[in-house]
Amino acid sequence: MSVPMPPCDQAVVARRDEIVAALRRIVPGEGVISTTREMRPYESDGLTAYRQLPLVVVLPSTTEQVSQVLRYCFENDVKVVPRGAGTSLSGGALPLGDGVLLGMGKFSKVRSIDFADRLAVVEPGVTNLAVTKAVEHAGFYYAPDPSSQIACTIGGNIAENSGGVHSLKYGLTTNNVLGCEMVLITGEVIRLGGGHLDAGGYDLLGVVTGSEGLLGVITEVTVRILQKPETARAMLVGFGSNEAAGECVGRIIGAGIIPGGMELMDRLATEAVEQFVHAGYPLDVESILIVELDGPRVECDHLIETVSAIARDCGAQTLRVSTSEEERLLFWAGRKAAFGAVGRISPDYYCMDGTIPRAQLPYVLQRTRELSAKYGLRCANVFHAGDGNLHPLILYDANKPDELARAEAFGADILCLCVEVGGVLTGEHGVGVEKRDLMPRMFSEIDLNQQQRLKCAFDHKGLLNPGKVFPVLHACAELGRMHVSAGKLPFPDIPRF
Amino acid sequence: MTDTLAPRDARDVEEAVRWALQAGKTLEIVGRGSKRAIGRPAQTDATLSLAALSGVTLYEPKELVLSARAATPIAEVEKLVEASGQALAFEPMDFCALLGGMPGAGTLGGVIATNLSGPRRIKAGAARDHVLGFSAVSGRAETFKSGGRVVKNVTGYDLSKLMTGSWGTLAAMTDVTIKTLPRAETEATVLLLGLSPEKAVAAMAAAMGSPFEVSGAAHLPAAVVAATGLAALPAGQAATVLRLEGVAPSVAHRRGGLAALLASFASPGDLDATASRNLWRAIRDVTPFAVSVDQQADRPVWRISTVPSRGAELAGLIAAAADAAFLFDWAGGLVWASLAPSADAGAAAVRAATARCGGHATLIRASAAVRAAVDVFEPQRGPLAALTRRVKESFDPKGVLGPGRMWAGV
Repeated sequence: MSVPMPPCDQAVVARRDEIVAALRRIVPGEGVISTTREMRPYESDGLTAYRQLPLVVVLPSTTEQVSQVLRYCFENDVKVVPRGAGTSLSGGALPLGDGVLLGMGKFSKVRSIDFADRLAVVEPGVTNLAVTKAVEHAGFYYAPDPSSQIACTIGGNIAENSGGVHSLKYGLTTNNVLGCEMVLITGEVIRLGGGHLDAGGYDLLGVVTGSEGLLGVITEVTVRILQKPETARAMLVGFGSNEAAGECVGRIIGAGIIPGGMELMDRLATEAVEQFVHAGYPLDVESILIVELDGPRVECDHLIETVSAIARDCGAQTLRVSTSEEERLLFWAGRKAAFGAVGRISPDYYCMDGTIPRAQLPYVLQRTRELSAKYGLRCANVFHAGDGNLHPLILYDANKPDELARAEAFGADILCLCVEVGGVLTGEHGVGVEKRDLMPRMFSEIDLNQQQRLKCAFDHKGLLNPGKVFPVLHACAELGRMHVSAGKLPFPDIPRF
Repeated sequence: MTDTLAPRDARDVEEAVRWALQAGKTLEIVGRGSKRAIGRPAQTDATLSLAALSGVTLYEPKELVLSARAATPIAEVEKLVEASGQALAFEPMDFCALLGGMPGAGTLGGVIATNLSGPRRIKAGAARDHVLGFSAVSGRAETFKSGGRVVKNVTGYDLSKLMTGSWGTLAAMTDVTIKTLPRAETEATVLLLGLSPEKAVAAMAAAMGSPFEVSGAAHLPAAVVAATGLAALPAGQAATVLRLEGVAPSVAHRRGGLAALLASFASPGDLDATASRNLWRAIRDVTPFAVSVDQQADRPVWRISTVPSRGAELAGLIAAAADAAFLFDWAGGLVWASLAPSADAGAAAVRAATARCGGHATLIRASAAVRAAVDVFEPQRGPLAALTRRVKESFDPKGVLGPGRMWAGV
């Protein structure tokens, strides 16, 4: 692993027995895990190239226990790494050798469902899909659908501001969360939002969402649930070039249509998927576009006509419209299995996650091909075309010397390319450990210091999830310092009246 | 008279804040001043007018993105995107009716700084859901940025959310980037007459829980209907209204479905696209509570966000304690309350009701004396109040920017 974590504080490690004993007093029974064998499953998350055993694992089951654990760690200067299901692809839940790993898996209950107000109150360890399962009998669902939705938890979704294939129309986690209960590192419990809309003061819920476990530990979440659309139909369109597919995406949106989902795959990804899933994807095209339209049947029919005309105008070589629910799901089955399918044609793959302005797609894919040749590694592209979120999958073999290092360097080049064309380092997977050291590519030192000052407002000792997101850790006292030179009236040219 | 600084560009803004820091002065950040009368009365030494920071710098309809200098008039932005068949989906309200002044006087930065959203908030989200990025000058006189120009972005903390609705107390935004969305091809409104607020809330919940994609759900009691002056609404009866937007065949289909669904509440009528547009503009801008030459102009107005199903109950609690009129938006979750004038503008009754039903209340219209005497924003306590204060200090450690605008001492 090439991104170094903060040095392990041996003084804390030396106090391990005392820390374990204190945690056992707070969380009795099996809620504290301290043997190497039992801690092994927690040593990494979805970014498996990075591994580290934690100091100890604690699995509280009540807000009071979380509060006591955090207060203990705060008072004793022990670092804490919060963890949901451990599906982060950026190392957000990577443990620290001198830190407590705080697993929220026991918070797994749906507390209440309120159909009249279209919301559900759930514990953070409830999986994303379980929220939908809990409300679907009444025709409702929870909109954000990250591809790990079977396993990933709502608490983790808040930490990462997770998206999914429907986020263009239905938003990310941040747009679908109404409130939360959160424990600060001091052990203080606060409530943000609730069943009502918008914050009464600063939108702290908005900034906690996507904060990667650096600001607090969520112990309850209120999410918005939506009524399922009357119907959904998918279109499978093949193009002779990525340029033509990209053009089609732009024109669909330009025509005033926001599809429920709009996904693009390049030839390598399509071939891998078709071998695996047999979804009937065309193999003689350069890229395929899946467009899903949802809403009333009459609206879907109307929009399918419009989109078909646009696609033909953009030179579509094949065009199929799903005629049954089975067929629609089959079109999606390929896309949803894309990562797994790529995993079958290569011993390992490294999934990237930049976002670009859509118009830059052909250029970015061209440059990616050049980088692929430079690094001698293949790259399959899967793309949330509607919102410009790229997922290049870099194929490598970890057993071959230096292939992982080459894959990481290739990935970093792709992300820097995203920033260069006006995009960002990460669209939905988070910065975590993985992209931490690339942050200065996108942000100035002043930008990063301001973000860290906000961190200080929540956690001035820097105990929550250190080593993630920020490449350089500054002490809060140092960040807070301000040099104001004594006052003359220095700006004679600014107009004043 | 207060000194007004009028920076010409972002660099000047940094200079102005640096001067304030050095001289130990405080600044009130103003765009075009359309919402100046909201919040605790300014106690600042000088005004920082961003009015010169105006103009759209990027608009790419196919990318659904627009960047502009902070004080670009909102009317200019809306006109520009309308010409490309797009809109600001969060439907920002215009305070000219409630507070006086010219229509369209606000700025894009002002809309974001106050997180202004209209009736479509229940379907499309608030202003905060449409801000992609910004550049601003902090109370440390440092220019910083956050976010970007793409919709999907989790790189670093989402400071755009924090800046939205911070009322100029954290930083002076100089440039903002927002998401634009296609404008609906047409619209229609389903109308139910004569419902009580309780029945109306139930009808709106049924509509919102249907697959018919309702983009506005409001209830106007009979007295409020009269005050709209809209001929499309029959006089003397409460009106519960549900808006449908989209392509014509879809709107027609959903109008039929929704009317059938709600037939048990009242016999549904409907409004055509033009009448619908006029109605929702009146609801958005709360024209029934508009300032006028008579004594009604003196009535304080509260904006209360609560749990939708408890909107009617909340109004009932306030009405039991004060002479009040209500307009219900957001399916009951947004209660506009106009109260008889009193020394505390009815704050005790309003705060007690929100404490009971959940949510928060903001005193939108009241004299400066009243706004100085009572909490304008929802008061905070305990660890949350302390955290708010630390967040403010993390951006503005010396309290240079709009101190006391939201809460005393913050």
